[in-house]
Amino acid sequence: MIPAAFEYYRPKDMAGVLSILEEHGDDARVMAGGHSLIPMMKLRMADVPHLIDLQDVGGMSEIEIDADAIKIGALVTQSDIIDNAALADVAPILREAALQISDPQVRYMGTLGGNVANGDPGNDMPGLMQCLDASFTVVGQDGERVIPARDFYEAAYVTAREDGEVLTAVTIPRPKGGHAYEKQKRKIGDYATAAASVQIVNDGGKCVSAAIAMTNLSDTPVFSKTAGDALVGTSVDDAALKIAVAAMLGDIDPTEDNRGPVAFKNHVAGVILRRAIARAWSRA
Amino acid sequence: MSKKKHVTLNVNGKTEEFLAEPRELLIYTLRERLNITGPHIGCETSHCGACTVTINGKSVKSCTMFAVQAEGAEITTIEGIGGPDNLHPLQEAFKEHHGLQCGYCTPGMITRATKLLEEIPNPTEAEIRFGMAGNLCRCTGYQNIVKSIQAAAAQMSAAKEAAE
Ligand SMILES: Cc1cc2nc3c(=O)[nH]c(=O)nc-3n(C[C@H](O)[C@H](O)[C@H](O)COP(=O)(O)OP(=O)(O)OC[C@H]3O[C@@H](n4cnc5c(N)ncnc54)[C@H](O)[C@@H]3O)c2cc1C
Repeated sequence: MIPAAFEYYRPKDMAGVLSILEEHGDDARVMAGGHSLIPMMKLRMADVPHLIDLQDVGGMSEIEIDADAIKIGALVTQSDIIDNAALADVAPILREAALQISDPQVRYMGTLGGNVANGDPGNDMPGLMQCLDASFTVVGQDGERVIPARDFYEAAYVTAREDGEVLTAVTIPRPKGGHAYEKQKRKIGDYATAAASVQIVNDGGKCVSAAIAMTNLSDTPVFSKTAGDALVGTSVDDAALKIAVAAMLGDIDPTEDNRGPVAFKNHVAGVILRRAIARAWSRA
Repeated sequence: MSKKKHVTLNVNGKTEEFLAEPRELLIYTLRERLNITGPHIGCETSHCGACTVTINGKSVKSCTMFAVQAEGAEITTIEGIGGPDNLHPLQEAFKEHHGLQCGYCTPGMITRATKLLEEIPNPTEAEIRFGMAGNLCRCTGYQNIVKSIQAAAAQMSAAKEAAE
């Protein structure tokens, strides 16, 4: 399978990227690791007459950790995330999730920016970023803006990023408490049948805050505020878990596909969320 | 047709220069343009790993990279790892421990394993299975692949110790 012909550009800076995007509008697309885009181009599901390779653009490959926040450049790969010990120390959920994405070859190439910009409901990072209340910095001809992950996803492959904008960085408030990224998949390397991100804070045996987001159970990632809120003030006992799971099930909207019928997906979502909450709580 | 691009690659220590259409996938460059036929085309959809090569120190499925993307890169294929007269310890171990049957996945398998052993010189079975998850084999059931990689790891560690 060979993609349709395209023009290839490899600008050295963001100004170069933005001017090609401006010139060709809809017909131009940026590429980071290419591990979502190239397969789609081969299948003719993406038509990209003008392909802009971001690999030579500087300033997007750094991981910066300060007292309050973590800033990760868009071109940081999943394997960079796994290998960064300081990052694993302050935000272990990132490593836990990255290790569950695909296989080593894909993780060397796939970038955080590509994973969150792609808009595929199967991608693991968007839900995680909603759980962590991350925000995405995008830059266009009119300058920079910052979009919260919780407001970024509109429908499958439709996001708040405009065509002429490039996502440059992801900023995450330093997570507090216990964490878990739990993912059910049919086989290693697969996208999730259901996945849950949980970050939870324990103060003297009571939950004081909980953030929950679900992956591949709607046409966007789902941040379930009601599920998180159901745990706050409880000791995360069985009764609280039941209410949280019911709340989450009210927020997702799975469809039948080759990963199973709707009833099965709802079942798996519940099991996965219970496991994720239990594991996060045990670490909180 | 789109404009051809000038591409320079270093493959197995040799500089290769050519003009390629941007849509030329690296696996075709290797196999059809450069006649380097060790990397195989299995699924051609980024799943099976038969086309795995090492690019600037990373294991990459060469069906999911354009040749133009690899401009300036250093690439190692199975041909650059060892040959009939100088088998790499991994090649030797795959032969000794029946790490293959039909052999189709083997070049990608061994190329990936060289990188795994660089990162984890003495991997556990679990680490091998996790680190080799991007390479599929339909003959061996993986058992003997794990054994082969363990045997090569032991041999390479012993050789390294002897040299020190
Ligand atoms: C076999 C296989 C299995 C996989 N399994 C999983 C999985 O289980 N979970 C998972 O999350 N992912 C999975 N992936 C996807 C993989 O993680 C991708 O690499 C990732 O989703 C996209 O990152 P990329 O850098 O390759 O993006 P690309 O493919 O380069 O780009 C993807 C999209 O995002 C856009 N884009 C990229 N970077 C930017 C940017 N900086 N600004 C604006 N737009 C941008 C592109 O224009 C394109 O539309 C899998 C991929 C393969 C091949």
